[in-house]
Amino acid sequence: MYNNVVSKEHQEFVKAHKLRKGSIIITQIALLVLFFALWEIAAHYKWIDPFIMSQPSRVLKTIINLTKDGSIFTHTGITVSETIIGFLSGTILGTIIAILLWWSEFIAKVLDPYLVVLNALPKTALGPIILVWIGGTVSSIIVMALLISVIVTILNVYLAFESCDEDKVKLLRTLGASKLQILTKVVLPSSIPAIISVLKINVGLSLVGVIVGEFLVSRAGLGYLIIYGGQVFKMDLVMTSVLILAVAAALMYLSVAWFEKKLNKMR
Amino acid sequence: MVEKVVEIKNVSMNYHTLSGETRAINNLSLDINNGEFVSIVGPSGCGKSTLLSMISGILKPTSGSILVNGEPVVGPSSNVGYMLQKDHLFGWRTVLKNATLGLEIQKKLNKESQAYVEHLLDEYGLSEFKHHYPKQLSGGMRQRAALIRTLATNPDILLLDEPFSALDYQTRLAISEEIWLIIKKERKTAIFVTHDIAEAVAASDRIIVLSSRPAEIKNIHDIYLTCDLKTPITCREAPEFRHYFNKIWKELDVHV
Repeated sequence: MYNNVVSKEHQEFVKAHKLRKGSIIITQIALLVLFFALWEIAAHYKWIDPFIMSQPSRVLKTIINLTKDGSIFTHTGITVSETIIGFLSGTILGTIIAILLWWSEFIAKVLDPYLVVLNALPKTALGPIILVWIGGTVSSIIVMALLISVIVTILNVYLAFESCDEDKVKLLRTLGASKLQILTKVVLPSSIPAIISVLKINVGLSLVGVIVGEFLVSRAGLGYLIIYGGQVFKMDLVMTSVLILAVAAALMYLSVAWFEKKLNKMR
Repeated sequence: MVEKVVEIKNVSMNYHTLSGETRAINNLSLDINNGEFVSIVGPSGCGKSTLLSMISGILKPTSGSILVNGEPVVGPSSNVGYMLQKDHLFGWRTVLKNATLGLEIQKKLNKESQAYVEHLLDEYGLSEFKHHYPKQLSGGMRQRAALIRTLATNPDILLLDEPFSALDYQTRLAISEEIWLIIKKERKTAIFVTHDIAEAVAASDRIIVLSSRPAEIKNIHDIYLTCDLKTPITCREAPEFRHYFNKIWKELDVHV
């Protein structure tokens, strides 16, 4: 390239680009700070009722208290691990079922209307049924998370399998490949990006399942803290839990996105 | 040594859809000799690719029979290599891993066969790119890698289904010359399906002209070009070139 002779024009261009990028980040941070500052001030001057709306300083106090007795880590850890188990099992089970559908077009055609209906059905409606069938345990929560993500996974991964380049499949057939070889050598590897992107969707879906499950089971986890805080009118606890939940959700999503980027770079 | 490596005997092929039945190929008979470079030209959609698919064993003819090396075709065999329109190199495999795909599938990947593939890659200018991924290669290099993948299982007969149609014209001229030289050097029999009459005349020993659907043989031309170096590009300068080109063009009877 022309690295040794950087023209003034190019310098200006790079500078303008950096400036723009910097100003976006600064505005993003400023927006966050402004939000919390306004919240704090509004509560301080009693424009809003801090008992109902809570207040950043009270949230901070709650975080410190929860950290002292270590319960913040227990509850966050429980929710995060349930979510991880949920989205991993949802993605794996969904992919296995998608393979089954790909293997037998007959099964795929037969199950098609059922999948469409199950996909449209809000899975949270099944919560009470699962609670009765499985009981108020962690298993119920994980099943909830799994149910919510598995149907979307089946549909998306099956679609990816079906849209695998027919000529690539033909190439393998001319080489004498068996159906299993077609699956492992071309259909699965070419669908990896789709599976990872489903994994990304499933992080969010599985978290919904886990929180709904924790609402119902009410034993531990951030969902439990939220429902408990709501019932005893401890809005500080509710707000704190929601904030921690937002951070945990973002971190999980970002780590899958990072994994996806790594993987795409390799290909 | 003239021996028939492919014998197509009274082959017909029908396609069925709910709205009816289409005859793609009608009672076609053709022999291909060992070491020959035969081109098949015909109007679009006349069943050229169908014919190749049947020779490769992934499609069964409705009636008639096809013999390869004297044996009836019952399914894909390692005697026949198929090259498709695009290179179809797998983006998640390195060039070497792409080239050994056929060996892997036929469970013939061992030290010896791997060495043979590496030898082919070295021989045809891809040694530095063995461990690169296809997206790092130029169009021409990708096509060579695809040919090596086909050659890896050591087939006697190569089926080329418009393998250069995805390339731009200049690359296409250069790469078809290269591929032709490789095929001749490795002493393979080639059956080459193309739309490009000039490409067919320049490269072939024989050209089969097919009619429009259902495909029948309209004419067979033995090509004799007077040129010093018998390679496709130099042969384009032969005085007979234009004569063959015009004759085949008229036979194809293209109306737009």
